[in-house]
Amino acid sequence: MNVLSDAFVWLNDPLNWTIRGGIAQLLQEHLWISAASVLLACVLAWPLGLWLGHIGKGGGIMVAFANLTRAIPVVALLTIFPLIAAIGFGQRPIILALTIFAIPPLLANAYLGVRQVDPGVREAAKGMGLSPWQVLTKVELPLSIPYLALGFRTAAVQVLATATLAAFVNGGGLGMIISRGFGLGMASGGDQILAGGILVAALCLVADGVLALVQRWVTPKPLRRQNVAA
Amino acid sequence: MSSPPNPWFSWSYVENNVDSLLAALQEHILLTVAAVLIAAAVGIPLAVLAYRVPWLATPTLAATATLYTIPSLALFAFLAPFTGLSVRTVLIGLVLYALILILRNTLTGFQQVPSEVQEVARGMGYSKMGMLRRIELPIALPSIMTGLRIATVSTVALVTVGEIVGIGGLGNLILLGFRTNFYRAQIMTASLLTVALALVLDLLLIFVGWLLMPWARKRRTA
Repeated sequence: MNVLSDAFVWLNDPLNWTIRGGIAQLLQEHLWISAASVLLACVLAWPLGLWLGHIGKGGGIMVAFANLTRAIPVVALLTIFPLIAAIGFGQRPIILALTIFAIPPLLANAYLGVRQVDPGVREAAKGMGLSPWQVLTKVELPLSIPYLALGFRTAAVQVLATATLAAFVNGGGLGMIISRGFGLGMASGGDQILAGGILVAALCLVADGVLALVQRWVTPKPLRRQNVAA
Repeated sequence: MSSPPNPWFSWSYVENNVDSLLAALQEHILLTVAAVLIAAAVGIPLAVLAYRVPWLATPTLAATATLYTIPSLALFAFLAPFTGLSVRTVLIGLVLYALILILRNTLTGFQQVPSEVQEVARGMGYSKMGMLRRIELPIALPSIMTGLRIATVSTVALVTVGEIVGIGGLGNLILLGFRTNFYRAQIMTASLLTVALALVLDLLLIFVGWLLMPWARKRRTA
């Protein structure tokens, strides 16, 4: 197929990287939008998830929220948010929309991380005279790090993938390469469409790999064997 | 934002656009049902194979995890230059994502079959096929149904991305509304219809599960 080699020719053209609105700028936008969304989601979801896990309540609500966000198309929030006066156009509605989709995996894993702590360990901590706050910060939090790391990886990769859809509302990021290609039509934009797809897929796969290493690195050795499932 | 009113909810919009709403809804339903049925027809047997041939399980799961990492828009971008602006492009993409979810949940379900149960069944003289049908499948069924539900709800949301090749069901209306003067009523109506469709199909599958698994009716599951 010719399109494939054309796509690599397109990727090999330095101008496509450095031009205004080119790959370099779009990648930077993509990373910024994603990082802002994931960090915002962490700030919201982690304390809530840890606390809910600590008091052992709210599991049902979290499942319901996760199910609801699965049913809401990203495209819907991306088009609705900019039209809400309080949010406005620009990157803000995109970051907010992506944040909402990043919350469920972060929340669920923070909750699970605390819940899976051996009740005996919790009892022992209480018996040693630790206050509930100390139990949470000195026992439950450190023991739930593998889960927090898994949630972070899941959320971050998902946001990097979803940020592609910002192109639907002309919102920047690497998805723009694909949408511009489709705008040109299949005959003249095919190489660009494919090149954009390759870039986006590569970004997500590399991010997943790097975060898998981070996940392993932040997990204390004795906890590594533990089977942490998504 | 001065002149004509642009409300989020407008009954007159719905009345004046019944035909286009129904056409988009129909496309959305057809794509979803076709994708999930194909994915189930391929994914469930594949999961059984991966369960029966243990060394296949790990590479299968790794492959699906890798594929699932690839964004939907990128997948459509890979397909479109070869399959064109066609239903095929969208359907292949939807089937692949649904397949992953169904395959994973089905495999998990089968792996939950306790080895003692297998021992006993073998001792009672069940053949491999008989054991699959009468013992393992019923035990795996709740997990299979969960996979089908997650796949269906995800597919309904994912269909909207098909707009990139012009076939996005209600997603076409959402994005058309955005591009034609930010027509709020159209965006909101089509978005709510999409969410409602996902919830209705989910409830339908819960009901199917209720019919298929009479033994699980008394217990409440999360």
